[in-house]
Amino acid sequence: MMIKSLKAQNHRLASTEEQLQFLNNGIFASGDHEKFEIYLQRNERFPLRPAQLEILQVNVGYMCNQTCKHCHVDAGPDRKEIMTRETMELCLDVLEKNQIPTLDITGGAPEMNPDFRWFVEEAHKRGVQEIIVRSNLTILLANPKYHDLPEFFAQHGIRVVSSLPYYRRNKTDRQRGNGVFDKSIEALQRLNEKGYGKPGSGLILDLVYNPSGAFLPGDQMQLELDFKQALKKDFDVSFSNLFTITNLPISRFLDYLIVSENYEDYMDRLITAFNPSAIDGVMCRNTISVDWQGHMYDCDFNQMLEIKTSPAAGQHISEFDLKKLTNRAIRTDQHCFGCTAGAGSSCQGTVA
Amino acid sequence: MSSKTYYDPADLKKFGDIAEWNDDLAKRFFDWYNAVFEEGSLSAREKSLIALAVAHTVQCPYCIDAYTVDGMKRGISEEEMMEALHVAGAIRGGASLVHGVQMMNKAKKLGM
Repeated sequence: MMIKSLKAQNHRLASTEEQLQFLNNGIFASGDHEKFEIYLQRNERFPLRPAQLEILQVNVGYMCNQTCKHCHVDAGPDRKEIMTRETMELCLDVLEKNQIPTLDITGGAPEMNPDFRWFVEEAHKRGVQEIIVRSNLTILLANPKYHDLPEFFAQHGIRVVSSLPYYRRNKTDRQRGNGVFDKSIEALQRLNEKGYGKPGSGLILDLVYNPSGAFLPGDQMQLELDFKQALKKDFDVSFSNLFTITNLPISRFLDYLIVSENYEDYMDRLITAFNPSAIDGVMCRNTISVDWQGHMYDCDFNQMLEIKTSPAAGQHISEFDLKKLTNRAIRTDQHCFGCTAGAGSSCQGTVA
Repeated sequence: MSSKTYYDPADLKKFGDIAEWNDDLAKRFFDWYNAVFEEGSLSAREKSLIALAVAHTVQCPYCIDAYTVDGMKRGISEEEMMEALHVAGAIRGGASLVHGVQMMNKAKKLGM
């Protein structure tokens, strides 16, 4: 049975204020742990400052054909938020005028936005160097109107980044829903047929691994080897790189942590694994995240907690000012321990 | 009634504290321990599974926790972990049963 989004359930954690309150109370309020800001101060990195802006990550809507248990976006079929073409126009102007090399399109299932193809075509026409689409794979088979997407991706030289929690059925289906694994494999095979993930094709197909539970991801290189061997042997599937991403304690994953009584241990694990050398590579330093209404955030996770970029830097894509954004202080909270734990975590995998 | 038990999961994090009363030997132990688990002729993944199996054989709850988490981090599946436990169980069970030969030898010698 398809689970409902927190929003559709009127769940208390659908409120970002509730989430932030929860994150700042408990183990932090009791003094058992110091807050993220203190860790930055101790490493002389507070306030956290951006590096050169390289990626405009645009979330074109929270609608999705899947309802994954760990989804930090709380996406699903019942989410109707969708970016308009007008807002996409503003994003394209910003990309062009500021020569930002990478457009990273995400969702929900970004392909479900009716203007998705237009957005990609325009970005391609305007010479954006790299266009990334974060695809959940099953959308490619969900409806005949999506069946030609692998070809569309290839035509525009898109880098496809796809989630696949594990190279076996049971773990993947537990996290993402029954039948998701088989459909994902079929979608990967279709992408392979177009040349994706094949050496020499120039078509990059990356996979994203999130731990399916309350633990940190292991070594990215070793997991990539395991995934490559197993997927090749069992399904003749190839891909380019595996990115390991740490689950951040927000939204549906936070709900899971609380319900399964893993919250305190998980936070403790993140905090104990704090790695100062991961600070330089965190994604908020080279990325601006834009939501479906055009509001700007320091990262995708801040977007889901509705922590906008600092007011002095501008908070809407219509007031994008590279200089102001470059001088801004990045806004952090307790969820940020997720990006600095162990080998570090970003949308592009480990950072340290 | 006290809720204290002999084993407290929080004590695992205090493992390093054993250095407090003998720094030199603890250092030697942890250096050796860490070297044991590095990639070698056996992969770190294989070593993690061996550790998990041994942890069950020596019935160390701390080690069971630690190597279950370690296995999950490494992407070792539940099926692989359970198979490793059956190997440990088979050796343990077999070790009891194989002494049956001794029992049989003795019984046969004593019997008419």
